[in-house]
Amino acid sequence: MLDAHVYRELGLKDEEFRRICDLLGREPTPTELAMFSVEWSEHCGYPRSRPLLKLLPRHGKFAPAVYGDAGAIEAAPGLLVVFKVESHNHPSQVEPKQGAATGVGGIIRDIFTMGARPIACLNSLHFGELNRPLARYLFNGVVDGIQFYGNCVGVPTVGGEVIFNDCYKGNCLVNVMCVGTVHKDRLVFAEAKGEGNAVMYVGSSTGRDGIGGCSVLASHEFCEDDEKRPTVQIGDPFTEKCLIEACLEALDTGAIVGLKDMGAAGVTCTTSEMAAAGRVGMDVDLAIIPRREEGMEPYEVMMSESQERMLCVVERGREEEVAAIFHKWDLNAVVIGRVTSDGILRIRDQGAVVAEIDAQDLASPPTYQMPAEEPAYLRQVQSADLSRLPAPADCGKVLLDLLAAPNIASKEWVYHQYDHMVQTNTSVLPGADAAVLRLKGTERAIAVCMDCNPRYCYLDPYVGAQIALAEAARNVVCVGAEPAGITDCLNFGNPEKPDRFWQFREAVRGLVDACREFEVPVVSGNVSFYNETPEDVIFPTPKVGMVGVLEHVDHRTSHEFKREGDVVLLAGRTHAEFGGTEYLKQVHGLEAGRPPALDMQFEKRVQAFVLEAIRAGWLSSAHDCSDGGLGVALAESCIGRRLGAVIELPDDLSPEAWLFSESQSRVVLSAPAGRLAELQKLAAQHEVPLAVLGEVGGDRLVIQMAKTVVDLSVEEMEQRYRRSIACLMG
Amino acid sequence: MRSFGVVVFPGSNCDQDCHWAVREVIGAPCRYVWHRSTDLAGLDVVILPGGFSYGDYLRTGAVARFSPVMEAVADFAAGGGLVIGICNGFQILLEAGLLPGAMMRNAGQQFVCKYVNLRLESAATPFTNAGQVGTVLRIPVAHGEGNYYADPETLAALNADGQVVFRYCAEDGAITPEANPNGSMDNIAGICNRERNVLGMMPHPERCSETLLNSTDGRLIWESLLQPMAASL
Repeated sequence: MLDAHVYRELGLKDEEFRRICDLLGREPTPTELAMFSVEWSEHCGYPRSRPLLKLLPRHGKFAPAVYGDAGAIEAAPGLLVVFKVESHNHPSQVEPKQGAATGVGGIIRDIFTMGARPIACLNSLHFGELNRPLARYLFNGVVDGIQFYGNCVGVPTVGGEVIFNDCYKGNCLVNVMCVGTVHKDRLVFAEAKGEGNAVMYVGSSTGRDGIGGCSVLASHEFCEDDEKRPTVQIGDPFTEKCLIEACLEALDTGAIVGLKDMGAAGVTCTTSEMAAAGRVGMDVDLAIIPRREEGMEPYEVMMSESQERMLCVVERGREEEVAAIFHKWDLNAVVIGRVTSDGILRIRDQGAVVAEIDAQDLASPPTYQMPAEEPAYLRQVQSADLSRLPAPADCGKVLLDLLAAPNIASKEWVYHQYDHMVQTNTSVLPGADAAVLRLKGTERAIAVCMDCNPRYCYLDPYVGAQIALAEAARNVVCVGAEPAGITDCLNFGNPEKPDRFWQFREAVRGLVDACREFEVPVVSGNVSFYNETPEDVIFPTPKVGMVGVLEHVDHRTSHEFKREGDVVLLAGRTHAEFGGTEYLKQVHGLEAGRPPALDMQFEKRVQAFVLEAIRAGWLSSAHDCSDGGLGVALAESCIGRRLGAVIELPDDLSPEAWLFSESQSRVVLSAPAGRLAELQKLAAQHEVPLAVLGEVGGDRLVIQMAKTVVDLSVEEMEQRYRRSIACLMG
Repeated sequence: MRSFGVVVFPGSNCDQDCHWAVREVIGAPCRYVWHRSTDLAGLDVVILPGGFSYGDYLRTGAVARFSPVMEAVADFAAGGGLVIGICNGFQILLEAGLLPGAMMRNAGQQFVCKYVNLRLESAATPFTNAGQVGTVLRIPVAHGEGNYYADPETLAALNADGQVVFRYCAEDGAITPEANPNGSMDNIAGICNRERNVLGMMPHPERCSETLLNSTDGRLIWESLLQPMAASL
């Protein structure tokens, strides 16, 4: 009998091991045990999260959503936009540059494995506060890794966010998203089909990199003197670029039946999941796989996470034709086996069988209902009394400080390091509410962004997740797009702890309800658990990656004021809501209260009004009013083209409530004065309050109530806003 | 109408953008030339596009210059054919000795991607004859190694000879250190050879040839190239 600590160290439970023995009718071989441990892990099989993830809606207005390694929406007739987000949190915390770089490489492969050309990347990054040297080191390293990989591979990095909070000081988050396009009839799935078809390995050679979690197999029970390798993988963007071109060229031949990228435990996942998806078997010999190291054991080949590799199933008789294309790009392409009809995944090493498993068994991990319990901190933080906060002496100074706060300040230090224009589609550049990419060959365009305010989710994961979706939708609406679909990256702590699982459950519930309300499908996603150390656990962070569709690329709009004399308008309602705001954190040092309320019906009306106004061509600018509140939204609108504004606010709220409350469902607009009557009529039709705040002009932002509450030069605001992060990073 | 060829090295990533700008936007004939090919027959203009040829793992452009196509490009240039190297293409031209000087890492030690302003310094080339000296163009850069260096004699010769075609400048055309994104000598952004048929430039004209890409100033290059040769010299 196999010693229990072997499978336990692989993360398998006693009952899971018994189930494996039952399925096989015998004890597993070392290779088989390793394969089960990976396929049934949270990383691949989602045993703890799957029951809840099933609740996420899969269909929306922009059908069809398809499911392979990524999902899609139909953005123009016949043209699918494929997108997916993935986390690379733990590797980036260990080795920020390569951790982030391989995250980018992995998510790009998830897109072109479906036959789509990757056209854009985004990333949402979370670190501890920048006064910590470790946070600066991780931030710098992660950005360096993204620029290293993304710039070389030729996919523009067009957007995302960077958030600093000490809850991430021991667990940075690196969520990377990729978007691609493919014609409907050219979509490829990660399926093996057709008995006798070739199973072809393409791309880089296989080494021992990234075996990591399975390295226990290299300990005394199996092989006494093997060394334990570091688990870090190294990215090679040049090879990936060649792999993209070679795969797309090979797909053009029509000889490829199925394709899948090798991510976690590459050969294991691709063979078992492609066989299971196609309800077939496979018979492959590992000895044929190109290696970059001598003497690798079969399980090491099965577990390796060497980068830039793919598995494809090729029509029998057309192997040479396909291999020639990969060879043209100086890439490996070898037939390692054949598709069989018996449903069995048979792995050989020089002919000798080392694993023989029903592919369906591997692909059907057990699921668990996890206990959930409301966290103890919640009532305390929610019940904080925020009604008696002292009023700030100088709102102008507070506004300047907020503009320089790393969570709000311009992220140009980051995106100027990323090639965000290659492929010549980026029409609205980074720094806006969402990036806009034209779709070549059509009149349409897409808008892409990533959103989630983790502080709101900490204070109320259900509402926080809903706001994440609402804000992402609002952002794409502000650049002229209709929300079409999302991909979600669910970052949480240890799900085996009931309070963490409760956060997960509430956030998923929030997303489910919001997606239904907005008729936006979740086309793909990723779960990252265990983002905690003995000292810290991250705030619940259900990241939303949104794709919106612009009916016409000419509808694109951006946030900055464009013309002197335009009227400045605010759509929506403002309440004194300070819970979870950046103002509360920066000025009062508190992360407490309840997040701003979200009325989804009202949010939808605001968005419908703004989108209709944009499509009618009545607006000069539109800017989502979010982190930092109205004050920051007005300042950002001024900074873009260095145009000031004179604003007058009513006295029904305090100056700090008007300026720094983060009430949802608000958009700052500017428009030629001649359009005001039409806009007011349209707003009334949508039952959206539309206030005239003032006028664009001059070189100062002046905000008046009973007295002048803000009077700042645009230049000073710009300096604070644009230079803050560069200064902090030295 | 002049016919264009875009060379594709492994790792080129602006090849399709150049092809799109020339063929779809400008409407001139254009085909790809694989780096192992030496067939430039029928071409009037060869574009060496941006990207990371061979990953730029050794030194930018250092490996690409040994591709078979580069010998053909050298012959093509020697015969008076027009060659334009953009970004990585410029780096390859330097490595191949078709233009003088070398590239160093950006002074700020970071990759930089943003719109910059360029002052047109010479309209007496087939690449710029549709413009006027002193015109300020808004064109994006995207590179980690655009810090142009040449020894003092070479630099003096380039300046004296009118071989400096573009310099980084402020919005008003002033040549200032603040306007220089990479620390290049004399704010040099683009140079040509003495014969004026080989141009290297770090900024990307193919990225700003359409209104929806926020500038159409890149069209100056393509439109110049479509003018009859005689008008330029």
